[in-house]
Amino acid sequence: MTDLVLKAPPGPWAEFWGHFRRNKGAVLGLVIVLALSFVAIFADFVAPYDPAEQFRDFVLLPPAWVEGGSWAFPLGTDDIGRDMLSRLIHGARLSLFIGLLVVTLSLVVGVALGLLAGFYGGASDTLIARFMDILLALPSLLLAIVVAAILGPGLVNAAIAVSVVIVPHYARLTRASVMAERGREYVTAARLAGASDARLMLVTILPNCAAPLIVQATLGFSTAILDAAALGFLGLGAQPPTPEWGTMLSSSLQFLQRAWWVVTFPGMAILITVLAFNLMGDGLRDALDPKLKR
Amino acid sequence: MLKFIATRIALLIPTFLGVTLLAFFLIRLVPGDPIEVRLGERGIDPARLEEMRAQLGLDKPLLEQYADYLAGVLTGDLGRSLITQTPVLDEFAELFPATIELSLCAILFALIIGLPAGVLAAVKRGGPLDHGVMAASLTGYSMPIFWWGLLLILFFSVILGWTPVSGRLSAAYYVEPVTGFLLIDSWMSEEEGAFLDALHHLVLPSIVLGTIPLAVIARMTRSSMLEVLGEDYIRTARAKGLGLFRIVGLHALRNAMIPVATVIGLQVGTLLAGAILTETIFAWPGIGKWLIESINRRDYPALQGGVLLVACVVMLVNLAVDLLYGLLNPRIRHAK
Repeated sequence: MTDLVLKAPPGPWAEFWGHFRRNKGAVLGLVIVLALSFVAIFADFVAPYDPAEQFRDFVLLPPAWVEGGSWAFPLGTDDIGRDMLSRLIHGARLSLFIGLLVVTLSLVVGVALGLLAGFYGGASDTLIARFMDILLALPSLLLAIVVAAILGPGLVNAAIAVSVVIVPHYARLTRASVMAERGREYVTAARLAGASDARLMLVTILPNCAAPLIVQATLGFSTAILDAAALGFLGLGAQPPTPEWGTMLSSSLQFLQRAWWVVTFPGMAILITVLAFNLMGDGLRDALDPKLKR
Repeated sequence: MLKFIATRIALLIPTFLGVTLLAFFLIRLVPGDPIEVRLGERGIDPARLEEMRAQLGLDKPLLEQYADYLAGVLTGDLGRSLITQTPVLDEFAELFPATIELSLCAILFALIIGLPAGVLAAVKRGGPLDHGVMAASLTGYSMPIFWWGLLLILFFSVILGWTPVSGRLSAAYYVEPVTGFLLIDSWMSEEEGAFLDALHHLVLPSIVLGTIPLAVIARMTRSSMLEVLGEDYIRTARAKGLGLFRIVGLHALRNAMIPVATVIGLQVGTLLAGAILTETIFAWPGIGKWLIESINRRDYPALQGGVLLVACVVMLVNLAVDLLYGLLNPRIRHAK
């Protein structure tokens, strides 16, 4: 007699995780993002010092492993004696906060516009699609710069500026998926059952358009962090003494020749964070939606 | 085909109007009064202030200001810079060649490295070379280019002293601007060594600006090449006993190039956005640096004109890419 073992097919989460973990880069990205989130949330406990505390006796101290450095300040100090490591850790909090704010704002607005355009079609579609085209005609950073200049410099304003730039991407993506879904039988069935338009859009259709949006939202984090840092670097984002990475870079420009560490570390932090989100986004894309695989 | 072209051009008109509206109103919203900025902190006689506002048309209702503006735009008059008093279009025309020159060199750099890297990665799929190219391209794609530029300056200019830190040409040379493209002008001029000097100044900014396009091109070439290499006619070519070089170079690359060409065209927006940062870091006298300076000086007309012109450039290049793609691929042309 043979033992016939029937195994239940893996649930959606198990299946997703099975795909995701096979991509080593994606897992690495996830680990980095989790570590960064931990550091960002518990910045007050993890950072050795207050990010604004000035140690006047230790100005422009090099990193610990370089001659003249001290393990009291592992990554050295900046031009007014603030601990680089503590500032970078608090910067992680700011960058992730910006990422979260931008993705939430642009996702809500973009999905709403995309749903309206895709579901109703006709004039509302034309109007929304044209408006998105206008926003897309401007290079992203230029548009963000103009919006940031209008709102005035600042962390939250920079986040709003970057959100404006990203909205069209979500709107287009949602619109395309909604248009593909709205003619399906299950939507007609829900409509016949008496579902309202709002219910059809939000409860019936939207969950079926989620996969590409999740991928895009993850990648949106990297765009947001990168563009907000660029705005900070140009003086249009967070203002000193805020330990935002781009702002830290621009205020230490004059020390480029004397103290490489004040310029190198903030940029490296940006690169690692953005890279981690991109790795994770690529992995999510492969795991969630094989059709999107490029 | 004519109908296809006409539709595409007609579609641009509402976008163009929208951009003028956006440029106009966005810039009116910028805080700070341009006249006060120009006159500095000193006090001014209120009557004189009113007179100046009237002179600049700033006292009219907003809608009328917009109508005036649009009428001007359509006749090529984008107003004058509040700071230098030069027509905005002239300023743009003078600075734009510097940005084009930089962008062309950047895209050339991206192509020279990105194409072979993508092809090699596809041919050696799954090997260490493939992984290396993919890792490098993802890193390049994630690069904060303003930081990347600083690192390159630190290494090549400050430590090694190989390349100049900023600008387009050393002060020792003077080249009469004829075309505005310094490489051409200095080549034609009598100045000994000016061409090499200009070339020297171009190297680092081109690498910095070309980094993200390079990453995109390498990735796109790889995936497009992989797709083509799986086609039947490649198998036929292999079966005929053709060498790998001939298959890849002659048969596969040509077809793999079509999507890559589109991607290159769509990099124009990325390039212009990157130019803002690159030009700021390298003090490159192009429109990117000019736009940032205009914002800081609250030079409304210059910013307004610049934003509009940049948007037009992006729209026109996208149109050209669209048309080219329609020409190459009949399926696009006849789709509704």
